[in-house]
Order: sequence, then C-alpha cells, then structure tokens
Amino acid sequence: MELASSLRIAFTGLKSKKTRTFLTMLGIIIGISSVIMIISVGAGAQSLILNQIKALGSNQISIFPGASEEAGPPPSVFGSANTSLKVSDMVALENAQNVPNVEAITYYVRGSATMNWQGNEFNGTFVATTASYPIVHDISVAEGRFIDTEEEKNLSKVVVLGATVKKELFGDQEALGQLIKIKKHQFRVIGVMTAKGTSGFENQDNYVFIPISTGQKIMLGIDYISLARIKVNSSENVNQAVEDIKAVLRDQHHLDSKELDDFTVRAQAQAIEIFSSITDSLTYFLAAIAAISLLVGGIGIMNIMLINVTERTREIGLRKALGAKRKNILSQFLIESIAVTLFGGIIGIIFGILMSLLVALIARWLGYNWDFVISVSAVFLSCSISVLVGLFFGLYPAFKASELNPIEALQYE
Amino acid sequence: MDKKVLIKLSDLKKDYVNEDVATEVLKGINLEISQGEFVAIMGPSGSGKSTLMHIMGFLDKLTLGKYFFKGKDVSNLSDDELAEIRNEEVGFIFQAFNLLQRTSVYDNVRLPLTYSSKKFDKNKVITSIKAVGLYHRLNNLSNQLSGGEKQRVAIARSLVNDPSIIFADEPTGNLDSKSGKQIMEILQDLNDHGKTIILVTHEKYTAEHARRILKIVDGEIIDDYQVKERLIARLEKDLTK
Repeated sequence: MELASSLRIAFTGLKSKKTRTFLTMLGIIIGISSVIMIISVGAGAQSLILNQIKALGSNQISIFPGASEEAGPPPSVFGSANTSLKVSDMVALENAQNVPNVEAITYYVRGSATMNWQGNEFNGTFVATTASYPIVHDISVAEGRFIDTEEEKNLSKVVVLGATVKKELFGDQEALGQLIKIKKHQFRVIGVMTAKGTSGFENQDNYVFIPISTGQKIMLGIDYISLARIKVNSSENVNQAVEDIKAVLRDQHHLDSKELDDFTVRAQAQAIEIFSSITDSLTYFLAAIAAISLLVGGIGIMNIMLINVTERTREIGLRKALGAKRKNILSQFLIESIAVTLFGGIIGIIFGILMSLLVALIARWLGYNWDFVISVSAVFLSCSISVLVGLFFGLYPAFKASELNPIEALQYE
Repeated sequence: MDKKVLIKLSDLKKDYVNEDVATEVLKGINLEISQGEFVAIMGPSGSGKSTLMHIMGFLDKLTLGKYFFKGKDVSNLSDDELAEIRNEEVGFIFQAFNLLQRTSVYDNVRLPLTYSSKKFDKNKVITSIKAVGLYHRLNNLSNQLSGGEKQRVAIARSLVNDPSIIFADEPTGNLDSKSGKQIMEILQDLNDHGKTIILVTHEKYTAEHARRILKIVDGEIIDDYQVKERLIARLEKDLTK
C-alpha cells in the first residue's frame, strides 16, 4: 500500500474528530511553543548582555595592577590601591616589536571632582588618559577634538566633556574654548563627546577626559596608573597578545621565574565566554522544563489513540477482513499519531515564533537593544521531537490495533 | 455438476478454547462447492454456520482437517497470507453493512483496492457501483444512505476486486422486506452472471433464493440439497429510481 493512501486514510480519521484532534494537539502546541519561545528569549537576553560587554570593545585586553587568582577578580575591585603599573610599562607595551598584534593601548587614572562653569556645578568623574582612549573604547568626539599625544605628555590643562557634563554645565551654549574649573584648576574645553548612554555597566557621558600626565601629577599627585586597556587587531590574536603582554611586564618588573605576576591580564573574550555559558545553561534548563509538557502531551496522545483504537475496532475488523495486513493497520495508526504531533508541532513553532516576536517588540519598546533570534536548529529539533513523540506514544495503540482478530473486531459492540 | 471445484473441505474441525475448556464448534465437515454455485447455509444460532463461513472466507483458521481452495491446500496459512487471499479472492457482505462512517460511496467501494498489490484502477470502482445501481450516489456519504442503499454499497465493495467467491452473512437481516428483496435480486443476478455466492442465514425464506441449501446443527451438516423451485426476487421498479 502506498504512502499516499495511508496518509489519506489517516487524515480522514483525524478529520472526523476535529475537536478531539485539536485538544490532543494542544499539549504538543503548548510544549513546542514554550520551547521555541524560551530558546528565542534566552538567545535575545544573551545577545543583549553580550552586546553590552562587546560595547567595551570586542578584542579588548585589560591590565590591572596587582596579582590575582586565575579565575578571581583583579585586586583593584576590592579598592586597594596598587602601584605596580607605571607609564614606562605602557611605553614598553606600545613598542610594536614587543606585542605585535596591538592596535591601540590606552591607560588611565580616575578621580571624582566637582566641575564648575559660571556657577553651574556638576559632580562627576575625571578620567586622565591618553590620545588613543576613543579608539580602544569605540567612542567618538561630537565637537572639537580629543586629547592629542603632545597634550598627553606635557601637563596640558585641556578637557573633553562627556555629553551629560556638557549639558549640565553649558546647556545649549557653546562649550568649545571655554574655561571650566575642575577642583581648583582651570581647564580649557577642546571637545565634547558623542552621547553613548550606558554601556558595559558604566556611563561615559558623565565623564570628563584630561591628559594622563595632568591627572597624575597635578590632580592626584601619583606616578602609577590604575588600569590599561588594549585593543588587539583580531580576536584570534587575543591569547597570543595576553602572553606577549605578560612577558613584557614581567621583564619590565624584573620578575624572575619563581616570582608571581604583580599584575593581572584579562581578555574580554573570557568575560564573554563566562556570560555565554551561564545564559546558555539557563536557557537549556528552562527549555528542558518546557519539554516536560511535551511528555505530558505525548501521554495525552497515547490516551486518545487508545480510545480511537477501541472506538474503531469494527473499522479495523472490516479493514482486516478486506485484506489489510498487520503492517497496514500499524502504519495507519502510527501515521495518525505522527500527523497529530507533527501538525501540532508546526502550529507550536508558529505560535512560539509569534510570542518571541512579541517579547522582542515589547523589549525594544522598553528601550533595550533586543535581538529577535529564532534558531533554525531549535525549529528543526522541535519538528523532530514532535515526530518522535507521535511515533513513541503512537506505537503501543497502533500495535494493539494491528493485533486485533478480524472476527472479534467485526462483532465488537 | 461438471464445473470446477472451488472449495473442498475434508473432515474439517474447529475448537474454541476458552479458559482451558475446549468447545467443538465444527465436528468434521465434508463439503465441496463448485464455481458458479449459490449456496445457502442455514442453521440456528450457535450451530456453527458462521464459523464455517469464517473459515471458508479465510477470516479464521481451522483446528483439524483440510481445506483446499482452487485445488490448493490452504489449511495452514499465516495471518498475512490469509489477508492477501481475502483481498484477492473473497468478497464479504455483512448483516451490519460495515461501511466506513462519513465516507463517500466511492471511497467505501474503493477500500479493498487500497490493500491490493495490483495497480489501482478507478474504473473497477465505477463499474462496481454501477452494477448495484448507485452511480448517482457516488459522492454521497455513507450516513446519508438508506439501509438498502448501504447494503448495495457493501455489495459493490465486495465486487470491486472481482473475487472468486462472495460470502454474504445475513445480508437482509437489518433490512425491511422490500430492501431485502432488492438485495436478493442483485445477488441472484450476480449468480446468474457466474459469481459463486455463499449465503448464511437462519431464515428459510431467504435461503430458498439460493440454488442449494446446507443445513447445519451442532457443528454438523444434517442436510444438503438442491432447491427445486427457488424463489426469484424481482422488483417491479427500476433500481435506480
């Protein structure tokens, strides 16, 4: 018997009990749509977090002063000032022969200060840094220019304002060329940054930028730096660059082979990996819970198929009397249950995609940079799971049907 | 009769085992049925007439003895072999019609061909439906038909694979006398055109439409004779009206 006529028989059977067929499908529809939705929302949330990390610069390496455990946080997190990193170390790193894959290096110290212009005050953070800061942090200047390499070294009192600071101090007035007070020192405004909003857990719009030498010597009276960030030319070269940086710094600090690093080098990629694995495992955990409803749906299907077999005992008897073999009856009922689950699965996939789209639209409306992600593999997986559920839970009822004795089945009341 | 022997049963026995108690339903049946015969098997309920029909119709297996069909020993066939032979050689007409519910006349008649290994031929279905005068009902659903029409669809279904023999189990049992007459007329007509028919009934009146009557009591044939003046079912009206 050809597949086409098996399918025809199966669908005629299903069509005659529309309500029941739909209710049977419901379990599968709910199960599959939950799985699709959870995977999609999980992927959306993951990309949201990863985008924030990547906003720091995707090929970045951070250097912190002081030693740390391999997987633990750098010591600066605990607030202890560590003086092990110097500008001279940075100069050694900037030498292209030492770390060949470096695209840009920037480093800085920070402090908080009250800024003042004609009576307008703003309590913010000054970042004393180098000319390459915008390259590494992927930010740009809206007006004027950033600190240049000359100013970086010769204690210039120039400042670049973050977008919020500019607005707070100057409102709509022209800021370029004006003198503002930071602590007790006069700084000339040479640029204003483009507004960027919160990214990577900090808001650069609240910062002002001054040359590193000015920050160290005039504002803070120190000779060390608190953090360095390095942009590598491609992500494949990050690991090599980390090794190169460590070697350079150990050499700079005259550490012999027995001494541990007095600094910490961390790649941004590590953070991405950690976040990815956390969100991945959360997603799969939730999807697995949703998949339990598929099991429940499957049991519902077995139940209904058993009722079907009992109700249609006479029909089975007739088919056998007219020449249906065991395998014909088996395949008829198997195809019926697979058709129910596959069709339910397809409806579930469509419904799940619509729900995921809704979540994405709401998230975007709330202002998140949310990606609407539907994984093709999840869709195919859902389809195959639907078919397997139908096959698995349809097998027993179908087998029961195929075993019926034609005479007894024909006389069944 | 010098016609070819279709069915030959020698000392056929059938036991039913129920909770370790064996009941002997058929106690050694010897019988020959030739091509073109119209045989009525009569007997009270529980006499074994249905069991005999089931075995001859390949729906059930015998316990002892031999069954030759078209000269071939078919006493020990597997379930699938029985299914195949039912599909190719036998047509069934049941008392309760046994049509597929909410299914068109066409699809009901087509059903045996679904399980056939031969290439599907739509003309066979149409020819069978025309033979019982229901071509105008081709696309009607089974539940839209009267009892008599349902049984005519069942007859068309039994004819569609061009079987060697048709078994009719109380075909008029669920019908009013007029519809019953119509069914008997069709069966007689088929027999006149050479079909071998075995009719199972407990009514003497119905049995007398056949050419030969077998009487069974308690699993044994107690009488076997040719009907001298068989009843001829004829309706005045045309079937299709």
